[in-house]
Amino acid sequence: MTTDTVGRFERELEDLEVGLERVPAADASERIASAIEAPAVGTPLPFEGVSQPDSVMTEPTNGDVASARTGVTPATFAIAEYGSLAIESRPAGDEPISVYPDRHVAVVAASDVLPDIEAGFDRLEAQFAERNSVVFATGRSATADMGDLVHGVHGPGEVRVIVLEDR
Amino acid sequence: MAERTKPPETRTETAARLRHLLETEGEAVHAHVSVSNLRREQAYEATDDIEALRSEARSIKEDAIDRLPELIETVRGAVEENGGTVYVADDAADANRYISEVVDGKALPDADPSVVKSKSMTTEEIDLNDALEDEGVDVYETDLGEWVLQVADDTPSHIVGPAMHLTREEIADLFNERFEPDEPFETAEELTRFARDHLGERIREADVGITGANFVVAESGTMTLITNEGNARKCAVTPDTHVAVAGVEKLIPSTRDLEPFVDIIAKSATGQPISQYVTMLTPPTDSPTLNFDEPDAPLVSAGADGESADSSDAPESDREFHLVLLDNGRLDMREDEQLRETLYCIRCGACSNSCANFQAVGGHGFGGETYSGGIATGWEAGVHGQDSAAEFNDLCTGCTRCVDACPVKIDIPWINTVVRDRVNRDAEPEAYDFLVDGLTPDAEGGGLDLGKRFFGNVGTAAKLGSATAPVSNWLAETSPVRALLERTLGIDRRRDLPTFQRESLVDWFEMRGGAEASRQRAERATARTSGADIDREVVLYPDVYTNYVDTDRGKAAVRTLETLGIPVSVPDLPESGRAPLSQGMVATADRQASRLYGAVAEDLDAGRDIVVVEPSDLAAFQREYERLLPERSFERLRDNSYEICEYIYGLVENGADAELLSTGSDAGDGHADDDRGEPIAYHSHCQQRTLGLEAPTTALLERCGYAPQTSTVECCGMAGSFGYKQEYYEVSMNVGDRLAREFERAETVVASGTSCGDQLETVLERSVPHPIEILAPDR
Ligand code: SF4
Repeated sequence: MTTDTVGRFERELEDLEVGLERVPAADASERIASAIEAPAVGTPLPFEGVSQPDSVMTEPTNGDVASARTGVTPATFAIAEYGSLAIESRPAGDEPISVYPDRHVAVVAASDVLPDIEAGFDRLEAQFAERNSVVFATGRSATADMGDLVHGVHGPGEVRVIVLEDR
Repeated sequence: MAERTKPPETRTETAARLRHLLETEGEAVHAHVSVSNLRREQAYEATDDIEALRSEARSIKEDAIDRLPELIETVRGAVEENGGTVYVADDAADANRYISEVVDGKALPDADPSVVKSKSMTTEEIDLNDALEDEGVDVYETDLGEWVLQVADDTPSHIVGPAMHLTREEIADLFNERFEPDEPFETAEELTRFARDHLGERIREADVGITGANFVVAESGTMTLITNEGNARKCAVTPDTHVAVAGVEKLIPSTRDLEPFVDIIAKSATGQPISQYVTMLTPPTDSPTLNFDEPDAPLVSAGADGESADSSDAPESDREFHLVLLDNGRLDMREDEQLRETLYCIRCGACSNSCANFQAVGGHGFGGETYSGGIATGWEAGVHGQDSAAEFNDLCTGCTRCVDACPVKIDIPWINTVVRDRVNRDAEPEAYDFLVDGLTPDAEGGGLDLGKRFFGNVGTAAKLGSATAPVSNWLAETSPVRALLERTLGIDRRRDLPTFQRESLVDWFEMRGGAEASRQRAERATARTSGADIDREVVLYPDVYTNYVDTDRGKAAVRTLETLGIPVSVPDLPESGRAPLSQGMVATADRQASRLYGAVAEDLDAGRDIVVVEPSDLAAFQREYERLLPERSFERLRDNSYEICEYIYGLVENGADAELLSTGSDAGDGHADDDRGEPIAYHSHCQQRTLGLEAPTTALLERCGYAPQTSTVECCGMAGSFGYKQEYYEVSMNVGDRLAREFERAETVVASGTSCGDQLETVLERSVPHPIEILAPDR
């Protein structure tokens, strides 16, 4: 998508207190490594020339998921107008890895940052036809049920987004 | 329909119960819902195409409910093809039995099965937790609000924020007592951390995850769960068995149909652009299950990572999925022309948030067995029976503020009116019926609550009161009469009664020469001012209050119109039906609507404009008449009737000279200068706001050199007869006090509705005229 769309996405994320970094694919691994807090678990990144850094366990055990501080997953696409990340429920475990650890680092291709929810649903139609599952995750987990707004309830209290500017 | 199991409350009992809620829960509820209401308004305003979005959402629901039987079969096919099961449960017992069986089969040998749940009002409706616990199942709510209620053994006070009636301090006390932490909990942060860790463990150990579903896409079997905490994600993904419980009305045809709902539900519920997590699951999902009992086992079994080519025919999933679709009265609601609309409800809570009475007492007062807020009347009548709806239905005053809030445009006040009508008709005849018989030329059966019958026929009483004034006024204020009125009609003796005028507006108008004299006055005014020659004629509608009680505002309206060159007539017209409508007396209202239309048909044919002072009567013409008159009659009256200030503003916009009116003092020479104008506090009428008619009055005031400050309170709390009723007097005053606090410092206070004016006069202890009385030219 256009840089404008990524710009819009960045502004929305800012309001949600989520940081965004734009990086070339070649540097992605290194930037992911600096965005995590160990121990970290992750799922395979389906972007050409991008792989998880060594510090991210990509074949974790159940126990690793439970004790990880950071989870690194790709986002299948993102919706700029709301700052939403579309996380697919892949067999590799994107869903548990993006929800259990306290910090979620999401990696998304710039070309997958869509302007609005309508464009998002164009993609979802194909996803659901394939019987896939997708979560729109927007910002940090939150609750006001205990009398005041608190972040990081059941889901991550911290989210970072890495946009691959040449993918 | 359920049999009445307990005797109905007396008025005093109802009053005591509501007083208790005002004192214990009112503040906390008000703090939450008034903020959500404000944010919802802002979110709607910030969305360009909000009207189109609401209409689209509504039409999808209309279509889905229309095709419901077909959609049930479609989703059954889709879910089964995906490898899950669909069970359509007839009622609560059926659903509970099925779910218990599923859960029972999942326990490890020698252990009690355990279940984690995400928030679901539908499972509250069927009392699923009790049913499971009776079977020896450990059940844990994981939504923090629901969990607090589970620990407190309390019930939801709001369909979205179930524990909002509890303050942080109360929750801290509860948790300190129950869990005895080393360091007592104090902050929301500490409480939330504890809850997360405690519930996290429950989720890891659970055998089954039970969720609700906000929407279910029939064609793919995809269900949408909307949360901010993330607990629904964990409940659905962690245990290998997932049961989703949803009312049948949650089905929508296709993925495309989901879009407007995902777009609007957070906006209407909390004013967020979108919720944190919109989980769209097509179960059984591809996500690996998490078995924390085996920490060393790999998350992903060999050969099933995301990149493997064989993921399409991956090894048999170890996931199990059940979709339980609940009928429990819904399919009958679908056949009920009046209740059917309830099924479009997406349970966002916006109707509760926008309701002044709900803000005051919360869902424990304004709610039935399970549901709360305005739409609960429809839900309770449909799923638990009319008696459950009857307990709180009268708290809906028909103010209509929820109409603007509802994302699927449900006519919630109408559902309340209809159910009230049905409740009235089912009631036993009362012993005092003879007392009001002579006063009540209505079309209702016996057995109607006497107070309702009196207020529904208030026009007749007012006519009599006026004919016998001032004696009627003196008599009415004597204590034996007040005691009798309270005992028989339930009119609270603390409330001032209206003072009837001996000379009605219609009589006054006749005495000064009637329509002919008005024409001459208007012509003279036009000649004198060489103002714009606007060729209109007005029929001023003498509503009950303007005609018999508050004649001054009617006179001000006549004078203002004439000064701007508009001839007026004030014929003796029938009642509008507003009064019986507010008491749920639909047949009486229907009859009055026909009479009224018959009486003005000729004026409409002659091209005259019907101008109304009392906003609630105008609202009857413009909203409820759609259901009472043939379409063409309704449209003609709607298109040719106006609120008085709206009409005057229209005249001014079309060239009439605003300087002929009484302008604000800061305007000096009549030209509103750069100064903001003379401050004036203005409370528009609730129904007037829903018609979009607050703005013309504000604009007119500004044109005339005033700087209006408008109220943020949705309703004055008086709402016609509501504030007179003994059981609701204190709720009414509570709402009124909030309004008064906004206006305390204002020098001039005006209000468009009679009841609003009365209420403000009571709480502010000063005179509160209609804006037209301020604007009317000096004699
Ligand atoms: S009736 Fe409308 S506003 Fe009320 S909960 Fe249902 S969808 Fe929301």
